[in-house]
Amino acid sequence: MDGVFTKCDSCNQPIYEKDLRARFNVCPNCEHHYPLPATDRIRLLSDSGTFRERDYGLVTDDPLKFEGYGERLAKAKKKSGLNDAVMSGTCEVGGHHIALAALDFRFIGGSMGSVVGEKVARTIELGLSEELPLVIVSASGGARMFEGIYSLMQMAKTSVVLSRFMDGGKPYISVLTDPTFGGVTASFATSADIIIAEPGARIGFAGARVIEQTTKESLPEGFQTSEFQKEHGMVDRIVHRLALKGDLERVLGFLS
Amino acid sequence: MMLDFERPILELEQRIGELRNLAGESRELQAEIARLEDALDGAKRRIFSNLTPYQRVQIARHPERPNFRSYRDALADDFYELAGDRLHGDDTAVRGGFAQIFGHDVVLVGHDKGADVESRVAGNFGMAHPEGCRKVNRLYELAGKFGLPLVLLVDTPGAFAGRQAEERGQAWAISADLMALAKVPVPVVSFIIGEGGSGGALAMCVADHVGMLENSYLSVIAPEACASIIFRDPSRAAEAAAALKLTASDLKGHGVADEIVPEPLGGAHRSPEKTIERVGESLERVLESFAGKNSETLLRNRHDRYRSIGAHAEAWRI
Ligand SMILES: [Zn+2]
Repeated sequence: MDGVFTKCDSCNQPIYEKDLRARFNVCPNCEHHYPLPATDRIRLLSDSGTFRERDYGLVTDDPLKFEGYGERLAKAKKKSGLNDAVMSGTCEVGGHHIALAALDFRFIGGSMGSVVGEKVARTIELGLSEELPLVIVSASGGARMFEGIYSLMQMAKTSVVLSRFMDGGKPYISVLTDPTFGGVTASFATSADIIIAEPGARIGFAGARVIEQTTKESLPEGFQTSEFQKEHGMVDRIVHRLALKGDLERVLGFLS
Repeated sequence: MMLDFERPILELEQRIGELRNLAGESRELQAEIARLEDALDGAKRRIFSNLTPYQRVQIARHPERPNFRSYRDALADDFYELAGDRLHGDDTAVRGGFAQIFGHDVVLVGHDKGADVESRVAGNFGMAHPEGCRKVNRLYELAGKFGLPLVLLVDTPGAFAGRQAEERGQAWAISADLMALAKVPVPVVSFIIGEGGSGGALAMCVADHVGMLENSYLSVIAPEACASIIFRDPSRAAEAAAALKLTASDLKGHGVADEIVPEPLGGAHRSPEKTIERVGESLERVLESFAGKNSETLLRNRHDRYRSIGAHAEAWRI
């Protein structure tokens, strides 16, 4: 989506790049929600000037020395300006002080390896020790395959930490955005007090293509969208991105 | 079923069998049989001491490998099976209930790959739907409530990927199992007896003791799928298996497994009784070691164990 004009993949209409940016990557014509970089997500949600980033410098050790991973990491760092697929810290949302982590799909599909697992775990722990509500915004293709077992074990890591947080009395609000799949959905993203999804986001365990290939089933229109998940009782609310901050302020108001 | 790399072994065995039928009192043929038996032993040693990771995956998947049913029948006295998730149905891809193992009352849970075509299909080859994961969750709760150790036998290609599984919240169900294991205040002993496929396996594998059979595996993704996604070439599954570091010895090295139980020469599928006996010995020892352990200590150690698994560093240190 470079240049002044771009064509919306969803409605095929030409849209101004700057209009798209100003609306946090939501199409002004059809309201399609494109993935949002973590930096913009934090700008969208936090009260101006309140975000304090933590653990920016955490990087993966490439524990398996997996073929091609080094290059993928270098490319992703350059593209995103991040060291891995998540930004985390504290901020205020409508005056509510919270612990916040936001995944970034641009960084190897927002996949969860050691760094995502560790930063999410630290954010949860910060919420617990500082008695802060916890908000995690997910956008992830799932596990970081290049990290093999370390990637799988981040599901266990975030779960043992989250389990403690959930006994602590502060709310955990999970925001699911397009796309959220695999190891992220099957761990911290779904064991929340409140689950909010953005309109039209694809959310699930296995991707639709994998399901079609392995089961030869034909999948219904709208399969695994936020709307599908809400209809099946899996999410609480579907909230437009530009209304998300206000919605979080409301729910935090009830819970703190 | 014969695996490709087993061919020399099976051919020798067949030849020996044929000669046995013919040999009678013939000294010459008896000597030939003895010679072939030496060769057989040598072939087994040669092949099974140099298994590649992908060969181990194939052994882990072998249909004649002892599975949950064999362990249950051999090791559990009085298995009292419980069924259903109280929400949707009973998923026989996983089974569980109360059992007595070496005098310990436990809750025994395992993926059931079935015994014949019919039961394999009925159990969906050990790939649980959400109702299976939720049945397991119930069993975790029961174990916690009544102070019974959990013995979890892991043997699944993965949680099922399908339309209905998604409609009923597969990811939600797995996540809930992980959360339940994180806080169940009884000893959790997991044994990977065959396949440890991704999230579906992990939902039974956040434990105080993780044992693995020598040729079992645990992986974030099947090597075939990894090869087609990362190498864009499904035929490179063997390379992917090696790169993923999914074998028991790799996982022990990375602190994910505590113990490797050696399989008899030729693999578990060739000596089921001996294999089950070895797993049983380990279970007996581990259950004994956890008996009377304080639940706070268990939970703290379990937390610390999984909290510390990661391969990250501060950028400025590199
Ligand atoms: Zn549009």
